[in-house]
Amino acid sequence: MIRILSMAQTEFRISLRNRWVAVSVAMMAVFSIVLAAAGSAPSGSLGADRLSVTVASLTSLGVYLVPLVALLMSFDAIAGESERGTLPLLLTYPLSRAELLLGKLAAHLAVLALAVAAGYGLAALAIWVADARAVAGLPALWRLTWSSLVLGAVFLGAGYALSALARPPSGAAGLAIGLWLGAVVLWDLGLLAALVADNDGWFTTDVFPVALLANPADAFRLYNLAASEATAAAAGLGGAANVIPAGAALASLLLWPLAALGLALAAFRKVVP
Amino acid sequence: MLTLSHLTKRFGGRAALEDVSLSVGPGERVALLGHNGAGKSTLMKIVLGLIAHDGGTVEVLGARPGSGAARAGVAYLPESAAFHPALTGREQIAHYLRLRGLSARGAGALLERVGLSDAADRRIGTYSKGMRQRVGLAQALIGRPRLMVLDEPTSGLDPVSRRGFYAILEELAAEGTAILLSSHALTEVEARADRMAILAHGRLRAEGSLSALRQAADLPVTVELTAVNGARAAILYAVPGGELRGDRITYRCRQDDKMDLLRRLSAQTESLEDIEMHPPSLEDLYSHFSREVPQ
Repeated sequence: MIRILSMAQTEFRISLRNRWVAVSVAMMAVFSIVLAAAGSAPSGSLGADRLSVTVASLTSLGVYLVPLVALLMSFDAIAGESERGTLPLLLTYPLSRAELLLGKLAAHLAVLALAVAAGYGLAALAIWVADARAVAGLPALWRLTWSSLVLGAVFLGAGYALSALARPPSGAAGLAIGLWLGAVVLWDLGLLAALVADNDGWFTTDVFPVALLANPADAFRLYNLAASEATAAAAGLGGAANVIPAGAALASLLLWPLAALGLALAAFRKVVP
Repeated sequence: MLTLSHLTKRFGGRAALEDVSLSVGPGERVALLGHNGAGKSTLMKIVLGLIAHDGGTVEVLGARPGSGAARAGVAYLPESAAFHPALTGREQIAHYLRLRGLSARGAGALLERVGLSDAADRRIGTYSKGMRQRVGLAQALIGRPRLMVLDEPTSGLDPVSRRGFYAILEELAAEGTAILLSSHALTEVEARADRMAILAHGRLRAEGSLSALRQAADLPVTVELTAVNGARAAILYAVPGGELRGDRITYRCRQDDKMDLLRRLSAQTESLEDIEMHPPSLEDLYSHFSREVPQ
């Protein structure tokens, strides 16, 4: 435990000095405030409080930004140590590879938590100042916050796995960007295209819900939109959310971090320093 | 402390180490010598458990290399030690202390021991190569290791730091730490290691103390004379086999014939102004053993 904590503390300090903390907090804060300002205009007609509406927008923001920040922090985790030449020495210490990864994960999750808290918190604050009724949306905001961290853990784990599989770091960076595009952007585009082509056939009824659940980013989105009626209404995304119960989306979202970290550990164990 | 027997390691069919047997006992300093690619670093990485070996057995502190027990008692100093440039020396050493289950407060004392107190709170990114090497040494000293594995430990150190470094090694060895170090600086380890092991092309060509190696190599001893004016011809006549080089006479003879030569020369003491003896240096031994073709 002391070893994991020391690893985490050191890694967090490096993130602070690398300006990773500053960059991710600033990125989340700027986008969230823009969304809070833009997204609160049409709320009156929907009958939802303004925070719930904004949570719907923040969900869409998180689904892009959280995986991106997580991958940017993690792609260098093993490849970077290896390139710098610090990995062999570290591995001669009484520190297991799992402990090393967990330490890095704790530090990177802390950075992510700061960024998410700053971003979502500022947005909520801005809305609450304008409309005291917004407290009704707080449960949805809290759900969004912790599920964002779970989503972050998935992509941190995936980033570590890529980092262990692809050295040098430039290769890992390429793979990380590829994974982000594939999982967050292209997956949905592909599904959309298939839906249009399928025209309510077996793909729409049988494959589509599973395909949505299989992707942690979609599971995150579904869970957040389906768990709160107000949010679902605000998102106008009741369709997909009604087919798939929030519980299934939550289960997928909670299983993914374990799978990603297991994969990362398996890949890291194969690394010969 | 460390026992290798019939160690073999292949990288895709090519033997990196073949049938290497070597042991390092408590308080013993063993220097591993060899050209680049001779297998020194590979051997060290196997001892540390960083890479697996293909044949033979390796025992580190009575345990498997890389196991918890082995890692707890083994310290490593990699060739050109690297650290994260964003951390200060103190932070880096504190981290390593905690990884070994010790208090981070010991960092100051360790850095002082290697002469880095003044730079302890500066980032390692601003350090020179020699300073980074000293951070490497400081981390290797953590927790009184029972076996130290040092890969080219003095590369990048200035002569004064080198002396300090060997003084620390001597202290550790006196306390019972077994030390395995590799080096290119032959003249340096000549006086500082108890035993030498010469690796060439993955094979252990020779092993033993400097005098044992000298005996095994049986390289000629060089005796140089300066004769008093006009006595050169007389000496060459009385003790044949000499070679005239400038105003000095040089004899080269086998180790076994050395005393006989000296006896004959001592009969000529009135004609001699100075006499110097050069046993084969480690350099000579090293090139002799690495050149020798294995059968």
